[in-house]
Amino acid sequence: MNLFEYVRPASIAEAVAAAGEPGSAYLGAGTNLLDLMKGGVSRPSRLIDLTHLPDLGRIETSPDGSTRIGALVKNSALAHDPDFAKRFPAVAEALLSGASAQLRNAATVGGNLMQRTRCSYFADTASACNRREPGSGCDAIGGENRSHAVLGWSDHCIAVHPSDFCVPLAALGAIVEIEGADGRRKVPLTDFHRLPGDTPEKETVLEAGEMIVAVSLPAEAAAFAGHQRYLKVRERTSYAFALASAAAALRIENGTILEARIALGGVATKPWRSQAAEAVLTGAAPGREAFEKAAEAAFAEARPSGDNAYKIELGKRVVARVLAMAAAGTPERMPALPASPFASETGAKAHV
Amino acid sequence: MSDTIETPSGAMPASRTRFGSNSGQPMTRRDGVLKVTGGATFAADNHPEGMLHAVYAAATISRGRVTSLNVDAARAHPGVVEVLTPANRPPLAIDPDTKPYPFAFRTEVLQDDTVRYAGQPIALVVAETLESATEAARLLSPTYDASPARIDFDTVEPFDPQAVGVGSPPTAEKGDVEAGLAQASHRVDARYETPGQYHNAMEPHAIVATWDGDRLTLDTPNQAIVMSTGSFGAWFGIPAENVTIRSPFLGGGFGSKAIIVGPQILTILAAKMLGRPVKLALRRDQMYGPVGHRGATRQEFRLGVDADGHLTALDHLTTAVTSTFEDFIEPASNASHDLYATPALSSRHKAVRLDIGTPGPMRAPGEASGSAALESAIDEAALVAGLDPLEFRLRNYAETDPASGKPFSAKALRECYAEGAERFGWSKRPLEPRQMRDEAGRLVGWGMGTALFPASMFQANATATLRADGTALVETAGADMGQGAWTALHQIAADGLGLDIGSVEFRSGHSGLPDGGIAGGSGHTATAGNALHAAGTDVIAKLADLATNDENSPLFGAGNVGVEARDGRLYRADDPDRSQSYGEILARAGLAEIEGAGQGGRDPASAEERAMFSHGAVFAEVTIDPDLGQIRVTRLVGAFAAGRIVNPRLATSQLYGGMIWGIGFALHEEAVHDKRSGRIMNANLAEYRVPVNADVPAMDVILVDEHDPHVNPLGIKGVGEIGITGTVGAIANAIWHATGVRFRRFPINIVDLLEGAAAR
Ligand SMILES: Cc1cc2nc3c(=O)[nH]c(=O)nc-3n(C[C@H](O)[C@H](O)[C@H](O)COP(=O)(O)OP(=O)(O)OC[C@H]3O[C@@H](n4cnc5c(N)ncnc54)[C@H](O)[C@@H]3O)c2cc1C
Ligand code: SF4
Repeated sequence: MNLFEYVRPASIAEAVAAAGEPGSAYLGAGTNLLDLMKGGVSRPSRLIDLTHLPDLGRIETSPDGSTRIGALVKNSALAHDPDFAKRFPAVAEALLSGASAQLRNAATVGGNLMQRTRCSYFADTASACNRREPGSGCDAIGGENRSHAVLGWSDHCIAVHPSDFCVPLAALGAIVEIEGADGRRKVPLTDFHRLPGDTPEKETVLEAGEMIVAVSLPAEAAAFAGHQRYLKVRERTSYAFALASAAAALRIENGTILEARIALGGVATKPWRSQAAEAVLTGAAPGREAFEKAAEAAFAEARPSGDNAYKIELGKRVVARVLAMAAAGTPERMPALPASPFASETGAKAHV
Repeated sequence: MSDTIETPSGAMPASRTRFGSNSGQPMTRRDGVLKVTGGATFAADNHPEGMLHAVYAAATISRGRVTSLNVDAARAHPGVVEVLTPANRPPLAIDPDTKPYPFAFRTEVLQDDTVRYAGQPIALVVAETLESATEAARLLSPTYDASPARIDFDTVEPFDPQAVGVGSPPTAEKGDVEAGLAQASHRVDARYETPGQYHNAMEPHAIVATWDGDRLTLDTPNQAIVMSTGSFGAWFGIPAENVTIRSPFLGGGFGSKAIIVGPQILTILAAKMLGRPVKLALRRDQMYGPVGHRGATRQEFRLGVDADGHLTALDHLTTAVTSTFEDFIEPASNASHDLYATPALSSRHKAVRLDIGTPGPMRAPGEASGSAALESAIDEAALVAGLDPLEFRLRNYAETDPASGKPFSAKALRECYAEGAERFGWSKRPLEPRQMRDEAGRLVGWGMGTALFPASMFQANATATLRADGTALVETAGADMGQGAWTALHQIAADGLGLDIGSVEFRSGHSGLPDGGIAGGSGHTATAGNALHAAGTDVIAKLADLATNDENSPLFGAGNVGVEARDGRLYRADDPDRSQSYGEILARAGLAEIEGAGQGGRDPASAEERAMFSHGAVFAEVTIDPDLGQIRVTRLVGAFAAGRIVNPRLATSQLYGGMIWGIGFALHEEAVHDKRSGRIMNANLAEYRVPVNADVPAMDVILVDEHDPHVNPLGIKGVGEIGITGTVGAIANAIWHATGVRFRRFPINIVDLLEGAAAR
């Protein structure tokens, strides 16, 4: 680990000012950043510790009815907030399917949005990686890339965005509140992360020194609460990143889907909302046929980036399944294994 | 923290909780409170005055030469004290490319600039702080002259190894396999693959080396404490008695801490060179290379089965990987020697040299990989024979050891099958696959496997001292790797003395004590336990002599009928009303204490006459999402017969641990190399997966009664490794039963399931 300066600002303004210095990085709980620093992957010269800032740890309802989550709210605190979990059950389910209880107890909302890819070549400083070292190449291409992206990748980077939390956020139209030297601005979560294109090192729209202060869910998102699920396929029952995941939220009335929200995780270079799949469902009757059509639409543009063609078929099945789960209704209680294919509290209803 | 408990003597404070007395009782761990309160001192918790920190730079290529190291940059980094490279590394007393002591492995100690695998140490930085050493190691920025990495089986020609495992013959033949195959009504010809797996003990290898003149003190986790004093000493030209090893607690070893490895030697060398204590603790990623692993295998089977479902021939050929510079050939084919009756048996091994760190023994070496493949193949044989897999195994039950023809010392495998099957509900299993679904429509399958592990023993010594106050001290340099030696050995020792465990002080984990042998091969409790018990009975015999020859003792003249030792008193064997306390006997004899000594080891005559194994039967239920391919082991039942069980709680824990390891072997564990660089790309505990709690929803262990009068005086066998065997095959077989597709490559993962389902 390189030598670095440690700054503990007392206000957001102080934090943003301190981050003006090149080489600065914000420190949330450090569950991602400190690991990367120990491995020499991230080498900031200045750490700006946000965890002592006041007022960023609250979940509140804004005057416009939206729910505003402070950037320092812990992943587990958010998931276990009864009121929040009732209104946004898929968000709670996604959070609880991520990492481990210990990590969720520490990890912050801001840090979760900003977490770096789990591409093993990114983490291995001896490998070429455009994201870590712009212009060095991409060793994942032609390497071990079974877990890499089938959507949104470029010849410069094929890495998956690993967050579970961001997937239902993308589906539900979340807004990211950003503060920088020039003041505050708001960006939809779906525009917050960037596609790699030929500058994969530019992961988000944050400009130098800007920080996330909050994430909001608009009032209308709560209308989906009754039919909302997250499903995550992974190589062990818990504590593993998604091979493919999806969030689905439906508004169903009189046997018709009025509105659908679908986003994908584990398969794309950023949290991936699929409006094409949503369009297929609008006005359709919930059922296998519609769900499979929507799944096809979600992956219409997908292409393997290596040994990962299986993800296209798997991803489609995840979408069809999560739609069936959402249509069956949000369970009364959070399943014991959130987002797991083995979670079915709803018994046979979990299969169509 | 290191000052708060007297670990150098290894003395354990009295336990606070227990459930009865001594052997056979399910006592809780005597070191449990220390561990959960952080009071247990592991090697890396030691910080002697003036201690420096060492970090090594690891090669990022798999084959070639280091052409430059920026030593100046590293030296210039604040806090750096020394940088060791092949250019300035002081001499060692032995050549690291030889094998001068038992269990020696050739290793890398900066002898030259060649790189033999990714992760090999290529320089050592010593600094005032860990952070400084870490950054300076990075600043070395090595450059290389690299050759293409050979990582795949198919890139090199196999060779015939001289020996497999630790000195076992590479082949065994009995009967005429080709004739047996020719007569068979059914055949199974199948190839199975197992990947490289890494021990991943929770405690990474750590060492704190302190020199005092030509005397060396090491705080380092070690599975063979006394033997290792000689081995470490050999590297520095000093006798074993100049080396002290303190290893009171190991955070897991699994075979990887029985072997002396380069990073330890370099740390000791640095301490010597600099005249200050030096500490090195491997990072998690550094555990994937220089400290051994379970080598990958390919195993080919040819089985012949007659019309009645009896094996006519069994041929097991393993091709195992090893490094380019050392041989450790996973002895997987040996797993077929001792399990199923067959008139013709052949086991063979080949090996390939790859640009990898040398494999080594890892929990159930040979047996785990071999059993995974064998139990799958036996299941395939049951299928072609049209028999239930349990019925098939019973038809091929070996009454005598198939390889040697010797009788078994004891074998309660039939009882294991029966009790396990009963508990699991095996009789309801449909013969055909894909017949069972759960309430959510998921596929359910049931499979089984036989568990087997040799009842090995090493050599151990112990002493016991009975004191005037009726308490006692027992000593042996045992190794508690987490398995519970501090408790189980203590229980046995107390029994040997006829004392309550609370009256017996147990010292262990220190090389100054009598040699406790090796904590390996599942033989530690048997070996050190018999030594401790014998030391106690030696004391009791001396005490009995005193009492029965003392005219004023109520036991006078009881020499012929004998006496019994219990609860701190000697009783006349035929008259429990006549007894005398140990304290009184000593006081009357005017003695402050009585010392005794004992040995543990296998009686060679008995070993010659009999085959000695622990046995078991494992039954698995898996549930599989038919569309998504995700697998869960929803139930595991294991029934094991392993001789006398010293502590049912700890033994059950060991078996749980083994069975959970079996889940990892079957479904999770695999080191993934980049084929181009040879580097392991998942050298961390997030991406190198082992089972988590949610992967183990229901697990049941049955301890089947078994009295083994031949294995050793106390009838103790091992339980440390057997749990893996049987389990891996049981899970693979359950997956077949759930899906109708046979997967022959471990771990079996989601992609396999999806592709397998597509291929159906
Ligand atoms: C073993 C392991 C398993 C995991 N499994 C999962 C999983 O299954 N699913 C999943 O979704 N996640 C998983 N995670 C990732 C985990 O969710 C993230 O590490 C965590 O959310 C990061 O939060 P943090 O507060 O610790 O961020 P930090 O590590 O402190 O920061 C992460 C990044 O965010 C930046 N940052 C932090 N706060 C702000 C802010 N307010 N504004 C701007 N930038 C900021 C930092 O500069 C840094 O670049 C796993 C992590 C580990 C270590
Ligand atoms: S996929 Fe992206 S993150 Fe991975 S090595 Fe290539 S550029 Fe780096």
